[in-house]
Amino acid sequence: MMKIRQVEIAVGAFMAAGLIALFFLAMQVSNLSAFTTGEGYKVSARFDNIGGLKVRSPVAMAGVRLGRVVEIRYDQSSYEALVTMRIESQYDQIPDDTFAKIYTSGLLGEQYIGLDPGGSEEMLADGGEITMTQSALVLEEIVGQFLFSKAEEKGLE
Amino acid sequence: MSGHSGSAETPIVKIRGLHFAHGSRVIFDGIDIDIPRGRVTAIMGPSGTGKTTLLKLIGGQLRPDAGTIEVDGIDVHRLSRRDLFRLRMRMGMLFQSGALLTDIDVFENVAYPLREHTDLPESMIRVLVLMKLEAVGLRGAHDLMPAELSGGMARRVALARAIALDPMMVMYDEPFTGQDPISMGVLAKLIRRLNDAVQITSVLVSHDVEETSAIADLIYVISGGKVVEQGTPDQLSISTSDQVRQFMRGLPDGPMRFHYEALPLVEELLGSGRKP
Amino acid sequence: MLDALARFGRHGMAALERFGRAHLLFLQIVAGITSLLPRPGLLVTQTYSVGVRTLVIVTVSGLFVGMVLALQGYYVLSQFAAEDSLGVMVAASLVRELGPVVTALLFAGRAGSALTAEIGLMKATEQLSGLEMMAVDPVRRILTPRFFAGLISMPVLAALFSAIGALGGYFVGVGLLGVDDGAFWSQMQAKIDWNEDVINGVIKSLVFGLVCTWIALFQGYDSVPTSEGVSRATTRTVVHSALAVLVLDFVLTAMMFGE
Repeated sequence: MMKIRQVEIAVGAFMAAGLIALFFLAMQVSNLSAFTTGEGYKVSARFDNIGGLKVRSPVAMAGVRLGRVVEIRYDQSSYEALVTMRIESQYDQIPDDTFAKIYTSGLLGEQYIGLDPGGSEEMLADGGEITMTQSALVLEEIVGQFLFSKAEEKGLE
Repeated sequence: MSGHSGSAETPIVKIRGLHFAHGSRVIFDGIDIDIPRGRVTAIMGPSGTGKTTLLKLIGGQLRPDAGTIEVDGIDVHRLSRRDLFRLRMRMGMLFQSGALLTDIDVFENVAYPLREHTDLPESMIRVLVLMKLEAVGLRGAHDLMPAELSGGMARRVALARAIALDPMMVMYDEPFTGQDPISMGVLAKLIRRLNDAVQITSVLVSHDVEETSAIADLIYVISGGKVVEQGTPDQLSISTSDQVRQFMRGLPDGPMRFHYEALPLVEELLGSGRKP
Repeated sequence: MLDALARFGRHGMAALERFGRAHLLFLQIVAGITSLLPRPGLLVTQTYSVGVRTLVIVTVSGLFVGMVLALQGYYVLSQFAAEDSLGVMVAASLVRELGPVVTALLFAGRAGSALTAEIGLMKATEQLSGLEMMAVDPVRRILTPRFFAGLISMPVLAALFSAIGALGGYFVGVGLLGVDDGAFWSQMQAKIDWNEDVINGVIKSLVFGLVCTWIALFQGYDSVPTSEGVSRATTRTVVHSALAVLVLDFVLTAMMFGE
């Protein structure tokens, strides 16, 4: 009977170790501790060009992540991209005239939405829309503009 | 053809017109057997005549191609799985290898059917198991693992397990094969004693003429898929049938050929063609 | 020519038949849960031999896989000055892919082959027949507890593999290679999603556990009851399990992460 008890203890320890591992994966490895999907409120914004923005890209304000992009759709009537973000519910003091821009983190890093707060008294709520946006910078366009302006300078000389 | 057993009781096992084939090899070609209650009945025959198959058919592990097998008045192969299991609780079977579960000790092996099929308290199970082990003379070995037992001891433990639920019938599959003379004698005596003491019907499958004749009340000899002779050991020993005489006396050649069916030797050695 | 065709057809039919038998056995095994519930002790014993005994190989492998990932990842990422993403790379590879897949392969080699050999030997030594004659259903009594033990053990083992792998990556990345401690974990937490990554990994390991244990039990139960037959069945268990895991991994990955 002693042996059965040892087996039971070993199996109990085994299952407990598994749970600890899952807990570790939840709290330390993944974002479960920081942010659970499902909580928070949705805000949308329209962009002319989203560049390399993806679903699950971060949404940040002053460099702090407030939420994620949850949906990207193409609006056929306005030829714009309609981006839906989910902001954590604790960050509910975002003015409704906030400016949304698409930035790139680092030189080759991924793209994210940066929010610059406006001065309005009204705060964004669930289903709200950010009207002021700035599209992603597309490298080809920048290079093209640069060359164009150089050529113009040359032409003026 | 009416049995020589002289018993007026209804037989416990009644086999009628049994046909069974393994693929294309016909093993039983119309067999009728009656096994009387409370006796030791032996089914004998040369190796490869499907004696073990017969036990598996009686136990419902195999299905006959035709014919019926009734155990205690119940057609084994018409039963639902649940009813078949209920019937099997009343049958014990002793396998050639013993078939003990190797991961539990002797005590637990014998206790196994009790734990599976009854709700007896632990103290009761302990008493029953020790009694069954005492009956086979191995009470002292109850805490050994099956791997520590000799072949003969393993079979006796298996016998204790087979009678754990007090079955009406025990089937022995080649109990004497590969045993030294002493354990052979021990087993033979055990079988006889269990049969006489608690009226367990014993069905014995064997090709061991001497030991079997010593304990059997009734013997069926099977050969070529048919019952060739039946009777008491004494009747068989004076049988006039060539097949029976060859088998009982162990003659190398007779109606049962020493050679497996083949082309004539000269033809096969010199000829180019192989048998199609 | 026709002979070859006939042989091909015969093999095909035999394979189909075996496939069908495997599915019937699966249903019988799962139906056996009714007789398993009143005796959880059987499950505990089997979880010990299937799960706990596989623990050492899985944790040690996890540690080293995590360490190697960190080492390899560091050299690639440092070329883009992106060493801070090392944590993400290690954790994503572990949680999404290597955790479930490598654990399943180790599981098939360690626990699956042992299961097949055990069942095959029980068949060869007439233990299964013996149980049947004792009016005990060997599928319910022997196979069902082993099946559910495998099903439970696999996600536990895979989670341990990933967690220990992440720690191994941390030791090498932060301890040896000098990646920033904070960046390692914070980047990891920022990019690894509980639902998308961790839960999907757990689902994968559940599926792998089911398939590997099922294959092992079927091969044992369906083996030819001789020493050669059992050894072949054991080999088949490892080969079939490995193939099934890798193919299923592709299918599952395409379903879960493909967009």
